[in-house]
Amino acid sequence: MSARGRRRRARQAGWNAVGLAVFVVMVFPVFWMISTAFKSNDQIVGLNPTWFPLHPTLSHFREAINKPFFWEDVKNSLIVVSVTVAISIVLAFLAAIALARYKFGGRKLFVVLVIGIQMLPQAGLIIPLYVVLARYHQVNALSGLIVTYMTFVLPFCVWTLRGFLLGIPKELEESAMVDGSTRLGVFLKILLPLMGPGLVATSVFAFITTWNEYIFARVLLNDQSKQTVTVWLSYFLGSSRHTDWGALMAASTLTAIPVVVFFLLVQRRIAFGLTAGAVKG
Amino acid sequence: MAAAAETTLHRSRRRRRFRDRAFRASTPYALIAPVVAVIGVILAYPLYWLVKLSTEKYGLFELIQHKGVSVGLRNFSSVLHDSVFWRTLLRTVVFTAVNVTLTIVLGMLIALLLARVSTYVRVLLSSGLVLVWSMPVVVAVQVFYWMTNFENGVVNYALTQLHLGDFFHHDWYASTFSQLSLVTVLIVWGALPFVAITLYAGLAQVPRDLVEAAEVDGARPWRVFLDITLPILRPILLILTSLSIIWDFGVFTQPYLLIGQSKITSGNYLMSIYLFEEGYFKSDFGRGAAISILMLLIVAVLSVAYVRKMVRIGEAAL
Repeated sequence: MSARGRRRRARQAGWNAVGLAVFVVMVFPVFWMISTAFKSNDQIVGLNPTWFPLHPTLSHFREAINKPFFWEDVKNSLIVVSVTVAISIVLAFLAAIALARYKFGGRKLFVVLVIGIQMLPQAGLIIPLYVVLARYHQVNALSGLIVTYMTFVLPFCVWTLRGFLLGIPKELEESAMVDGSTRLGVFLKILLPLMGPGLVATSVFAFITTWNEYIFARVLLNDQSKQTVTVWLSYFLGSSRHTDWGALMAASTLTAIPVVVFFLLVQRRIAFGLTAGAVKG
Repeated sequence: MAAAAETTLHRSRRRRRFRDRAFRASTPYALIAPVVAVIGVILAYPLYWLVKLSTEKYGLFELIQHKGVSVGLRNFSSVLHDSVFWRTLLRTVVFTAVNVTLTIVLGMLIALLLARVSTYVRVLLSSGLVLVWSMPVVVAVQVFYWMTNFENGVVNYALTQLHLGDFFHHDWYASTFSQLSLVTVLIVWGALPFVAITLYAGLAQVPRDLVEAAEVDGARPWRVFLDITLPILRPILLILTSLSIIWDFGVFTQPYLLIGQSKITSGNYLMSIYLFEEGYFKSDFGRGAAISILMLLIVAVLSVAYVRKMVRIGEAAL
């Protein structure tokens, strides 16, 4: 092998080593969470860390799911998330069709609204939302939280679905119209089936955002049996000084699992939602 | 007779065409109406209340009474004369600058690295990044808290083993600087996957032959990056930077939960936390509303570039 080829190979190996090091550093927290969740208590608190739980135990998971309010709060999360996403996706789909297929006065204003709302810092809205919802007795009610989430999920869904719609050639619909299809027929027979994957991906992403949301849930739901899992997890440690790290990590793993699974399914389709247009040109 | 029938036919056809056009013109409005209605009710009404509250004395008593006492602009002057507000603003600006710079620079480096490594490393690293990306923020906070706790946090152990100093029982939550540094690590860690993967996708737009031609001409890698890669990535970098600025300026969950409610003081406030503590936690909604308005105005200014860019993209697509 020539000296040049060897040098090149050494350089490649160097880059690969750096790449692997970055991988280890980035993934370590996730690994450490899962690994801790399966360790026995003496392995967790020992001065020298145990890297791999060779005798994994499920006791922490059992402890976590038996903690007060876990199941109630999981149920709350599921209700809030599914209602929010179901309503949002239907309404947003209609608006996305308007954006992707029609020119109309006020279109620009609508785009500004859709983009602008997503930029609002959520903390900036907790005060008025809390006061208004309190006036209508919607604090500590899942309905109040659902309504709040819709404000943020709707614009996101509109913008993302618009992107998917732009990927479907207009000509398909136009030729169907020429062939005598009605508007509704075009929508049902052409747009809906083609948009299937886009609708699923957008819903899943909306699901993730809603499931993960913290500050509104923290402010608008006070009663422990009425909280979402995210808030439940944030209160897990309570004020006790004897931290139950194993159970905390088991609870964290459980909270993360649905999100991680869903995210891995749709990431490719939707990752560029926020930068759409800039990346794909 | 025939002529009259023809005019009627003509007229009815014209009427139908008119109706069609009216239908077509109103369709988009009908389509956006539900979204506009929902957003209008759920957002516009609270925003109206936000302005109203900011001019009132509105605490728990007023909340129960459903009636505030008008105080004019006193809430604003109280906030603007509060040295805590200005110190918090300065701290948040510095914090944002550090976080955004680290996120963008490291994200760029990882993107370039992804383009350099062999396929198996690339697959491994990008899957790892996606995994990190998918972690819920509250979960990430708990894991970081566990890794950095002073008694048996693995970070103290690892740093000691690496001979970077004696970190035995080192308390990372002892000083404001240390607390905010941890928050920065957490935020940058969480934001890197999105930035790195987006930039890596952008790198695919850099024409190969252009880079090769430059290399044949003897250009150093650094020059190739500055003169070819960077200009092409510019629009993406612009968007990523403005998004990061907006997000980091308004960040709440990471600092609030990682530092922990009990250790939050006016000495380590960030903007969102200041607002949460002074407005919501102390039930001083009027003053909180004034802080909210100031914060929303700052973020609105920061968002102008991003929103304009996205609107242009939105217009161009039609």
